[in-house]
Amino acid sequence: MTDVSMRIWRGDATGGGFQTYTISQNEGEVVLDVIHRIQATEAPDLACRWNCKAGKCGSCSVEINGKPRLMCMTRMDQLPEGPVTVTPMKAFPIIRDLVTDVSFNYAMAEKIPALLPPPMPVGGYRMFQADVERGQEFRKCIECFMCQDVCHVIRDHEENKAHYAGPRFFIRVAELEMHPLDTNDRREFVRDEMGLGYCNITKCCTEVCPEHIHITDNAIIPLKERVVDAHYDPIAWLGRKIKRRVITSSADAAVQPAP
Amino acid sequence: MTAVETSTKVVLGGARGGPDVATLRQDRWWLQPVVTVSVLTAFIIYSTWAAFQNKNYYVGASAHRDLISPFYSPCLAQSCVPGSNAAFVLHWWTLSPALIILIFPLGFRLTCYYYRRSYYRAFWWSPPSCAVADAHSSYSGETRFPLIMQNAHRYFFYFGLLFNTMLTYDAIRAFHQPGAGWGMTVGTVVLLVNAGLLWAYSLSCHACRHLCGGGVRSFAAHPIRYRLWKILTPLNARHMNLAWASLIFVALTDVYVRLIASGAMTDFKIF
Repeated sequence: MTDVSMRIWRGDATGGGFQTYTISQNEGEVVLDVIHRIQATEAPDLACRWNCKAGKCGSCSVEINGKPRLMCMTRMDQLPEGPVTVTPMKAFPIIRDLVTDVSFNYAMAEKIPALLPPPMPVGGYRMFQADVERGQEFRKCIECFMCQDVCHVIRDHEENKAHYAGPRFFIRVAELEMHPLDTNDRREFVRDEMGLGYCNITKCCTEVCPEHIHITDNAIIPLKERVVDAHYDPIAWLGRKIKRRVITSSADAAVQPAP
Repeated sequence: MTAVETSTKVVLGGARGGPDVATLRQDRWWLQPVVTVSVLTAFIIYSTWAAFQNKNYYVGASAHRDLISPFYSPCLAQSCVPGSNAAFVLHWWTLSPALIILIFPLGFRLTCYYYRRSYYRAFWWSPPSCAVADAHSSYSGETRFPLIMQNAHRYFFYFGLLFNTMLTYDAIRAFHQPGAGWGMTVGTVVLLVNAGLLWAYSLSCHACRHLCGGGVRSFAAHPIRYRLWKILTPLNARHMNLAWASLIFVALTDVYVRLIASGAMTDFKIF
């Protein structure tokens, strides 16, 4: 058992500052264990959000030594020597100590148009395994909101929250857009209402994702390319026009009465 | 499609916790931007110098070689060194022939998703690194001119394929040495590796992955595009490595051809 110095930000919306606790640490412990020991021994009023202690609920997101991380998945022995700094997520309003108000994310989630499958065919819906796997990656998201926290578009520019949804919701839209049974087209929505163009693909969301979802490569960039298909590609536009004309012409031919 | 009405209120402008500092990171987060700035600046300086040189870009029949620098191929100006000319020539062009063509590979790299990540971080500090404060007071991303032009990436990709085809042709043609017949030299290997790396970089591009299969909603309905997508996906995962490797090697190829053409070195014959 060794002692460790923990610099924890304590405060609320009216202000706050760092308090340092020197506390014992056992081999193999994670940051959340040490925080719980501080609560048990020195600061019972220290507020922190946690639930599963297994990296699956996404509740204990904070910033450890300046980087967004889950407290329950960050081993103390993997941190560099010296005091460990723990602060609340910077992108969201503070409630108290390490707890932030993440309701911005729920408001964004509600905006997304839901899956719209076609009428059920005889025999039910069927999906190819590869189509299932493609969306499965995005369903690993535990909604820790660390990708939202690290995204500089809202982290450093609060005003962008009014028109930018953030990486967590881009993977949700990507999942729906890649769903073979969905008939909604969210390309205009994701550009105009969710602010996809604000993302400058610096990949910080991918770097901090505890589920190792390839947020940028598999969700954001494919969405950007879909937006290019719809809005910035005259060849794709011409192709759609021709295809539509061919389909319309064939339909016209089909209904023409025989001579 | 319009947004669904929301019942949860978005909290804007609420007081944030934590200290008001640019970053609390203690690791060497600045190292990656420094390396990016150094390598890209070195490449920009070298390629600009090489493009304006307008000499020593072709090793011709006098040296029994047919090696052309990738910065000058296809050589479209009338002033091109005899033997290096493409089939099509712009008679009115009087500046260095490299300046006609470099806009295409430059545009491809400039709008590349990987390079965007790198230079937004390293040069524009938007942000310099993850969880390090953005250097700008306001931010509109790629929603306005000029950055909205990044959406033209796929057009540069198409041109890139055209250039790769020409550089591959150059590499294959180099194996036929004027006056000496078919053979292999270090120069031919250099041109071949350069073309190979450029193909790998282009095919690993995100736009390519999207166009080949990523853009479909259902893989089941597009089995061939699904197969293409499956081939390109692991390549796409190495896009960063291929971006750097092809960038550095294209400069090294120019250096090699330049050294041979200027007579500073001889092209070693393998067989």
